[in-house]
Amino acid sequence: MKKFSKISVMALAGLAFAGVAAAETIKIGVSYPTPTHAWAAGMNWHAEQAEKRLEALYPDVDLVLINSPDPSAQASALEDLVSVHGIDALVVLPFESEPLTDPVLNVKKSGALITVVDRGLSQPGIEDIYVAGNNPELGRVSAQYMKTRLKDGDNIVVLRGIPTLIDNERFDAFMAEMEGSGVNILDHKHANWNRDDGFEVMQDFLSRFPDIDAVWAQDDDIAIGVVAALKQAGRDGDGMFVVGGAGMKETIKAIMDGETLVPVDVLYPPSMIATAMDVTVAAFKSNGPVAGRYILGATLITPENAASFYFPDSPF
Amino acid sequence: MTEATMTPTKPNRFGGFDFKTAGPAIALLILCGIGFALNPAFLSEGNISNLLTRSAFIGIIAVGATFVITAGGIDLSVGSMAAVIAGVMIIVMNGAVDTFGTGVTTVLIGCGCSIILGIGAGWVNGVLTTKGKIEAFIVTLGTMGIYRSLVTYFADGGTLSLNYDIRGVYRPVYYDSFGGLPIPVWVFIVVSICGWLLLNRTAFGRYCTAIGSNESVAQYSAIKVDRIKTMTYVIQGLCVSLATIIYVPRLGSASSSTGVLWELEAIAAVIIGGTVLKGGYGRIGGTILGALILTTIGNILNFTDMISNYLNGTMQGLIIIIAVWLQRGDWGRKTKTD
Repeated sequence: MKKFSKISVMALAGLAFAGVAAAETIKIGVSYPTPTHAWAAGMNWHAEQAEKRLEALYPDVDLVLINSPDPSAQASALEDLVSVHGIDALVVLPFESEPLTDPVLNVKKSGALITVVDRGLSQPGIEDIYVAGNNPELGRVSAQYMKTRLKDGDNIVVLRGIPTLIDNERFDAFMAEMEGSGVNILDHKHANWNRDDGFEVMQDFLSRFPDIDAVWAQDDDIAIGVVAALKQAGRDGDGMFVVGGAGMKETIKAIMDGETLVPVDVLYPPSMIATAMDVTVAAFKSNGPVAGRYILGATLITPENAASFYFPDSPF
Repeated sequence: MTEATMTPTKPNRFGGFDFKTAGPAIALLILCGIGFALNPAFLSEGNISNLLTRSAFIGIIAVGATFVITAGGIDLSVGSMAAVIAGVMIIVMNGAVDTFGTGVTTVLIGCGCSIILGIGAGWVNGVLTTKGKIEAFIVTLGTMGIYRSLVTYFADGGTLSLNYDIRGVYRPVYYDSFGGLPIPVWVFIVVSICGWLLLNRTAFGRYCTAIGSNESVAQYSAIKVDRIKTMTYVIQGLCVSLATIIYVPRLGSASSSTGVLWELEAIAAVIIGGTVLKGGYGRIGGTILGALILTTIGNILNFTDMISNYLNGTMQGLIIIIAVWLQRGDWGRKTKTD
């Protein structure tokens, strides 16, 4: 059995190699979770856009997009990409790190170039290229903006996401940056990156604290709930402002239009999948080296630069 | 024999005080006491009004769930149903803008659509359970998945947002007050009264209880079991559509994360209120208190930083178990018989 699988892996590697040698098409598999929330839907849209753009640019590049509803389906999808499509490179946004580390390793054994997006694998050294957003930077950039607007003795509240590593990284970096600024962080609660929870948690913060000067909502969905609660309580004036994050198109549009309640946004772009696809194609086309780690910046989106992050056709 | 010796002690427990009925009310009062002790702003007019309005969603759905559970069924699809109805309402209203403008007509079309969908979805659950002879748990587990993925599909994985001008017309349904109480609370009150009358003062209510106690006996007693059971799911669907009608104007959007776990909150509210999960006994009043208790727990946890955020679920779980144990525990009986 073991022998057989070894032979088959070798055979597949041979096939993949033959594909490159014949200089026909460069096949690149792109695997990511089925979009079930807005951010992932935006990622799906950007992946499709990048596929069209890259295939038009390079007629010999063939991108295969596959989304999977759960980790085991994604593992099977990776097997299919190797056995059916004989891919030369894989761009993968793993559902979860742990269960997908081995499947990705198997793809690597077939000889394919591996690009991992956003979520790292649990074993180092498998991926050739790593592309990810910067969660601590998102917290830090948000805090830096807060400090430009607030003075000693001002009060803010924080709404966090779903209790996860991502949320902790953002929150810890935010708190570290705020330290020593003299701004009081009254309390922080989880609003689960969800509009309804953002609304309810903010309502309770407003009942509990009579003096709040600003809100860090960390995420654009939470920010929408927060804004509704502020308007309901009539506390959206007096220089109150809310900082979200991610780069939802409605939020960016509002920033372009000069909205004062949500004056800026901090980017954690779903379009990072397109960056990963570009870099992977460059590995075959560029004369420069591309392997390495690409950590995207958490850009502060202001009315001045908002237009370059606005994609009206994307679902996010 | 044991039954006969036990029965006389039952009403006398705690000097004639019926712990079973008053349990949920006592639990709610204790919670309010804790809330006030933590922060006097808990009893401020604003917070009470927020609390009641928030309870309205789960409360209205739970009134419907009381009928389903009393008749021995279960409906797991309500959260997804609310999400898909909210999504379709938004699509329909946005689509109706061109023909009917951004006035009250469009909002009414949306609401009408919601009610038709709610009744229809409930009827499908009911018919599949009764005529299809499939367990309610399986049917509604299936429809739960179907509705959830439908709303994701309609929203293209993202979020459906209501046209901004209609939002202005529709907004008061959630945010305005009448006689000091927000409109969603009025809807909750009306639904509760109708539910109470239907369950306690009509033949239909008695049939529900009878079917939940023993379906075969109910069948032999010439009760149209299939029809009554289907009706309970239709009532549930109607309640979901009413809850959705007051939910949509709040944030004017629906996505795949709308109404997640509402089914479990509604079932928890019903059981905290004293209704028996296996059917045969239902209490609307208890259900309302159950919904209030659930919302109050979340509210209190937001009012304090004494408990780690990560333990919110633990607190909710503990309070739910204690609230039910207060009514079910055998401890009252033992002290009396000694």
